[in-house]
Order: sequence, then structure tokens, then C-alpha cells
Amino acid sequence: MMRHLISAADLTRDDAVLILDTAEEMARVADRPIKKLPALRGRTICNLFFEDSTRTRISFEAAEKRLSADVINFAAKGSSVSKGESLKDTAQTLEAMGVDAVVIRHGASGAPYRLATSGWIDAPVINAGDGTHQHPTQALLDAFTMRRRLVGRDAGLGKDLKGKRITLVGDVLHSRVARSNVDLLHTLGAEVTLVAPPTLVPVGVDTWPCDVSYDLDRVLPESDAVMMLRVQRERMNAAFFPTEREYSRRYGLDGERMAKMPEHAIVMHPGPMVRGMEITAEVADSERCTVIEQVANGVHTRMAVLYLLLGGNEPAVTHTRPNDSESK
Amino acid sequence: MDSHDTNEPDVARPVLEGPDIARVLTRIAHEIVERAKGAEDVVLLGIPTRGVFLARRLAEKLEEITGRSIPVGSLDITMYRDDLRMHPPRALARTEIPGDGIDGRLVVLVDDVLFSGRTIRAALDGLNDIGRPRAVQLAVLVDRGHRELPIRADYVGKNLPTSLRETVKVQLAEEDGRDAVLLGAKPASA
Amino acid sequence: MSKTLIRGAKVLGGEAQDVLIDGETILEVGTGIEAGDATVVEAEGKILLPGLVDLHTHLREPGREDSETVLTGTRAAASGGYTAVFAMANTFPVADTAGVVEQVYRLGQEGGYADVQPIGAVTVGLEGKKLAELGAMHESAAGVTVFSDDGKCVDDAVIMRRALEYVKAFGGVVAQHAQEPRLTEGAQMNEGVVSAELGLGGWPAVAEESIIARDVLLAEHVGSRVHICHLSTAGSVEIVRWAKSRGIDVTAEVTPHHLLLTDEMVRTYNPVYKVNPPLRTERDVMALREALADGTIDIVATDHAPHPHEDKDCEWAAAAMGMVGLETALSVVQQTMVETGLLTWAAVADRMSVKPAEIGQATGHGRPVSAGEPANLTLLDPAYRGVVDPAGFASRSGNTPYEGRELPGRVTHTWLRGRATLVDGKLA
Repeated sequence: MMRHLISAADLTRDDAVLILDTAEEMARVADRPIKKLPALRGRTICNLFFEDSTRTRISFEAAEKRLSADVINFAAKGSSVSKGESLKDTAQTLEAMGVDAVVIRHGASGAPYRLATSGWIDAPVINAGDGTHQHPTQALLDAFTMRRRLVGRDAGLGKDLKGKRITLVGDVLHSRVARSNVDLLHTLGAEVTLVAPPTLVPVGVDTWPCDVSYDLDRVLPESDAVMMLRVQRERMNAAFFPTEREYSRRYGLDGERMAKMPEHAIVMHPGPMVRGMEITAEVADSERCTVIEQVANGVHTRMAVLYLLLGGNEPAVTHTRPNDSESK
Repeated sequence: MDSHDTNEPDVARPVLEGPDIARVLTRIAHEIVERAKGAEDVVLLGIPTRGVFLARRLAEKLEEITGRSIPVGSLDITMYRDDLRMHPPRALARTEIPGDGIDGRLVVLVDDVLFSGRTIRAALDGLNDIGRPRAVQLAVLVDRGHRELPIRADYVGKNLPTSLRETVKVQLAEEDGRDAVLLGAKPASA
Repeated sequence: MSKTLIRGAKVLGGEAQDVLIDGETILEVGTGIEAGDATVVEAEGKILLPGLVDLHTHLREPGREDSETVLTGTRAAASGGYTAVFAMANTFPVADTAGVVEQVYRLGQEGGYADVQPIGAVTVGLEGKKLAELGAMHESAAGVTVFSDDGKCVDDAVIMRRALEYVKAFGGVVAQHAQEPRLTEGAQMNEGVVSAELGLGGWPAVAEESIIARDVLLAEHVGSRVHICHLSTAGSVEIVRWAKSRGIDVTAEVTPHHLLLTDEMVRTYNPVYKVNPPLRTERDVMALREALADGTIDIVATDHAPHPHEDKDCEWAAAAMGMVGLETALSVVQQTMVETGLLTWAAVADRMSVKPAEIGQATGHGRPVSAGEPANLTLLDPAYRGVVDPAGFASRSGNTPYEGRELPGRVTHTWLRGRATLVDGKLA
């Protein structure tokens, strides 16, 4: 049985909907005078971050604290890791200190999977982003944001994203956000289109459950949500595209392009944004842009994941359900 | 093993029917008005699932009696349960606190069956995280006894002496399509 | 020296025969040979092959004795039925001078478990910039004839051309590790469907194929022979097939793991499957098997690459590339080539002993099993079925991708010039 959340692909449709529904209830806690729930009282969670990511770390930390967990933050920089201690030793050390779950961010694809399956530790592992592989809680918070905006806060309860047309634009090749979103959105019944210069689409993408287009302007009028992915400027030096200017011209989202989207359609970004390159200030600051909402939703969604994985004696999501074969 | 179909105990018999439940709720509403001196600062909080429907019905009756609108909400106790760690996490139900909150108010918790008292203990903990009521009272449709904690109800629809081998099942139209309180035998464990 | 009678072995998989060894030489091959005072090895049902020759072994000494030494590596060789191994040059220091290759050669002689033929680096420090003293290494006591920067590609076309030309003077051969470096920056696994999903840097087939294409054309142009290390893609097979049809003097090797495993294994993120060139697709595996069967690929070479436990007990990106292979090679070939009907045992002898000895000019190895030949022999039990357990390896390292996997066949005896180095599966 799985006790971890490693990949968005591990979630069934019902798992995902349960997480989103639970996140809606968690969201209500944010409106209370005391923003705290007792679900993880007495449990210690370690945020094990081998990669700088203040946003994700703070989001997890807020979620953990709202659920009353004890939180240990471990940043690899300046620690024994930078002196050559291995992932294995670090994880075992933490477990020896009584950590009940590990939230891990790592630059190497597969590091959370390895931590969860190698027998190094017993604690459940939650992937907070690994290399260019997966970032499942990001995909969940994105789906949560889409469901709220496109289906409705209460109307969305129990529902998925069937038939919603979602467009992901940018550096798909190097994006764990893209991979997680494609997996989860497909599970939730959405129709996903990836838009990128061909250099930034992985070889082998043809097996993914989505469409690929190189033409943003053609896809925009048929999108209910457009998610802009971060494009690192350094990619330019590796000849993925000629210049920043050309990239923005072909794949950046400005006001004029946004006007081609249907009126109800939203603009999303996992942050941090590179303003001017992939998204103009006009778009980033518009009503239709959900960037700030996504941050708030990140806390609700992570609370839901933590509660459903760690709140009981066994997880309520991510495990394959036993067949209904018990004798009647 | 006996020959009963364990899925549906065939011995379940109604101890309260629809009209009984309506009458009982009316009585409780009157008691609340009487004890709360007009029920001016009452907030009704139902405990999901069926406590919420009962709280709404009570609120309607109170409104009939007092002519004022009575704030009603719900209080999910899932995360405050003391057996949280003994099962997989349960889906959360809605906690809905009426606009003016509960600070300084008389909160009446509403539930369908009072049994061990653990649910109410969890509810008291939950309230603690939401505000500070002037006082907390408890209204239940059925008190079946067997308390495991020093908790009692202020308003009881029906005291129903039971054995631990029996089950009490409340059905409400909003959820179950009809109103009834059923007393049955516990299914033989497999 | 004493005599040994191997009784009733199927020589090259043929009819049961007796083989009498006297001293370092095969004295007689026939039926009903009298044992006399000879030690008798009952070999009914077993296959007798010429001692295997590995053209591609990493013995790690000098420099990485924590993963393997010449002694432990040759003991692993004997366990796997090998009587000669070619030791790759990527040691610390690099085997790019007569001094280092002589040291490795001498260590092999002292060990006595297998003949060790050092491979010399093509360029100084494997840096691809400046030719190493190829002639001096050839003239040294090690008598180097195979040169390779394995682990790195000789990617500079001019350096490669010069090396190909230069070794003609003494009949040497350059063994190319075909990997276009710019196309494989940050590469972690085969580029394709699986890498796209796993988010691991892709090692595209074209990075291998483009270098092979260039090198066979260079070899043709300068009239040299070239050897291609660990060929791993269907496209590479096509290029070598084309080159051979054109009369270009090219030989190629395939590793056992590329005959069996695919990049699907990487889904486990377990670094025992991390190897260079990477595991490819099912289609590639099938093309490689076919090419080995039809002779387009000449030989099987292990690319035995020992690594200490900690270099594999980590996340994928941090792990070292490579797998041990000497002790499982014959079993993998039996499973993928013999039991599939693609190769006879006689052809296995050709691909794993005769041809590699020929390419590397390993004197006395890869010879026929007949009277008067050096007694370099391997006896295996093809009926054996067992689960691979690295705890039983003679190698100092256990980074095998086959742990827990059932593989057929087991080498029971190995003779190096008449001396038994392996008896009943135990090192002697």
C-alpha cells in the first residue's frame, strides 16, 4: 500500500476530488479567528528542502502549523548535506529524531520516489517538487483554483474538471509543474493542450494524454484557463530559443493576447513570474490572473493532502483500494 | 453464526415515527425559549450530518415561536475526534458559523443520538477554536445512555434505554427520505 | 604439471567428448579416453567452450581499489568463465603511459586468474586533446594493441582520424566510446517516452549513431580498422551493417545488459540500472540480438563497471554509471541468445571468445578446442537455474542489475593454460 504522495499520476479521480473537497473545508479555517485545526497534533513533519524554494516551503509550513503539527525545517544549504552527507544519511538522521513524515524538495528527479521506496526510512514521503519530474501539490492547488473559478466554490464540491480546456504555455521540457498538471488534469477529465516552442517540448511527449501546439494564438480562444510556465532566461544560452524578445513575441502573454481568450477564462502562473518575458505586468495584475489566489489555495490544498495522508492510521488517498472481495 | 442476513438487521423497529419527531422538536424548541429566556442570543450549531438538519428544523420552530430569525450553522467535529488515529482520515463535513459568530452567545449544540459523549466532547473542543460562547447547551433527539464521559444533554427528545448489543438509527427526510428512529440488533460481527 | 580429463562434455555444444589436458595444453580430444593418473571432471550434460575473452572490462586499479582491483576483477572473470580480459584505461592515473599499462599487466600476471591485457588511452588523460604515446604503450611489456578513451568519446574528428591512422603502424585498433558530448550534456537515461515522463535528462540515440557514422567514414577514408564499444541502438546496428556491406573494417560489441534490459527499468529510479550508454527500448534490444546473431555485431563485451555501494545507494542523478557483468554475462547470453534460438553454443564461442581474441590479438585465447591448443577452457552447466545474489560475487562490487532475477546456466570450471581457476563453481 502506498503511504506517500510522489506523483500526481498516483491519484485516482476520486482521490483527487476528495482532496479538492477537503481543501474547500480547509479554506474555511482561514476565515476563522483561530486558524488552527488539531488533526496532526503530536506529529512531527520535516520539510527537507535540498533546493531553495521559500514559497513552497512556507506554504507547507503554514499548512502543517494550521493542522497543529510540529514542524522541523531542514534546508540543505549550510547543513551537513553541503559537506557531502547523502540523502540516505540525512533522511535516516531525521527519522532517528522522530520525524513522522517528510516533505521533500530535491533537484534530482526521482529523489522522493527513491526515499519512499528504498527502505531507507519508514516515514511517509510527500513530494514538494523533484527535478523536472513532478510537483503533485502544485497540480492539486492549480486544479483547486480552476475548479473554484470555472465550476464554482460550492457548486464544484464533488465535481471534477470534465470538459474544461486547459492550456499550459512555456518550458514544458524542464517543468515538473507541466508534468504533474498533465497527469492530474487528465485524471480530472480536462482537455489539456501544451503550447511551447518545439525545443522546449520533450521527445516522447506524444504518449502524454494531451495535445501539443506551437501556436499560442490559435489555442487561446479555445481555453478556459491558460497557465503560463516559468521560462528561465538561461535557457536562451542553450539555444532553446534565440532571444527573450522573440520568445515573448511568440509565447508571451500580453493584454492583446489575453483579449483573445473567452471572457470567463483565467490566467494562471505557478510563480515566481518572469514579468516581461512570459507574462506582461498588465496581464499579471489583471482580475483574470489567479497568481495570488493560487498561493492562498496552496495552503488549503496542502492541508488537505497532509490531513488525508497523515491524519489517520492509514492514508485516505494514494493507495490502491483493495478489491471488494470480503465475504458477505 | 446465526442465519440473519447481517447487512440489514431484520429486527429494526421504529421507536419514533415522523409525527413523533416533529412533536419532540416542538417541545425542545419551547424548552429552549423557556430556559434561554426568549432565546435572544441563541445560536444553533448542528453536528453533521443529521444534527444539522435537526438544528435547521429547530431554528424554524424557534422562529415560529419567537418571531425572530435564529442563527443556525454547523460544526464538523471530524478532526477533534479522539479516535482520529484509529481509522483512515474521514472526509470533512462543513463547519458553518453564522455571520455574527459565537462570542458571548448561547450556543446550543444539536445532534441526533447521544451515546458515549465523545462526539460532544469533540464538539466542545471544536467550539474552543472558533470562539468563546457565553454558555453551551446540548439538544439531542435520542439519549440512548452508556456515557463514557461526564456529559449530559440539556434537551432530550426521547430517553431510550438500550443495551450495547442494540443499534439506534435516526432517519431524516432530508437525508434518508423519511423520518424515523429505529432500534435494531447489532449485526453479528464477521 | 598434472593431467586433467574432462569427461563427456559437449564441446561447443556438439557431441559429448572427452578432453585431456596435459600441463598447459590440450593433449587429446575424443571419446573413451583413459583417465590414467589424470584428475577427472565429470561433465555429462555440460558445455565446453574456449575460455571467454572480454574486450571491455574496468578493473579500476590503479586508483579506485575500493570498487575493484586487478586481483578481484580477474577472480570475477574466472568465476564468469573468462580467461582473458582487456582492462580499460580510465583508471587514476589514466593508463596513457607505458608505466601504467605495464603495472596493470604485471598485476594480472601475479594474480594468475586471467590474462590481463591493458588497453591504452587514445589521448592524454582521456581529455581528447592530445594523442597519448600509443607507440610506447605498444612497445612496452604490456604490448598494447587496443586503444580507447572509454568513458569518454574521442569527439574531435581530427584527433580520431589521427589515432586511426597512427595505430596502423603497429596493427593497433581504436575502440570508440561513441557519444557526442554536446548532445548528451546532463544525460541521465535514454531519451524517449520514459525520460519524458520521469523528467530525467535524455541521452538520444543519435548521439551514438552520429559518432559511429562519422568514425566508420573516417576509417574508410584512412583505410584503418575501428572498433565500436557497447553499441546500444537499432540505428547504430543499421550504420554498422551498412559500413560492413561497404567493406569498411569495423567491428562492434554489445553488452549483455543491452541484450536484456530496457529503459522501462528506470521507472524504479534505482541506480543499478544507470549505465552508459543507457538502457534503450525494447525495439533496440531486439535489433541488437538480431545483429549479434547475424554477425553485424561481432562480439559480446561486458563493460564490467564496478562501483562501491554508496555510489549506487543514492538518488539517480547522484549515482555512478555502470554495472558489473563478468559473472553474469554468459547466463544473460544463454537466456537472450541461446534459449531464443538465435545463437548456437558454437556461435557463442565465436562471439565471446574467438572474435574478441582476434580483435584484441590475445595470443593463445579464442582457439579451437583441439589437440595441441592452449588449455584455456570454460565448462558450463546450461541446465542450472539460479537467482542472482551479488553476495556470492568474486567482484569487490555488487552493482548488478540482475539481483533477485533468475538467470539460466552456471560456469562450473575455468582453466587458464591448464590450471583450474574455477572448480565446481568455486575459485581455486
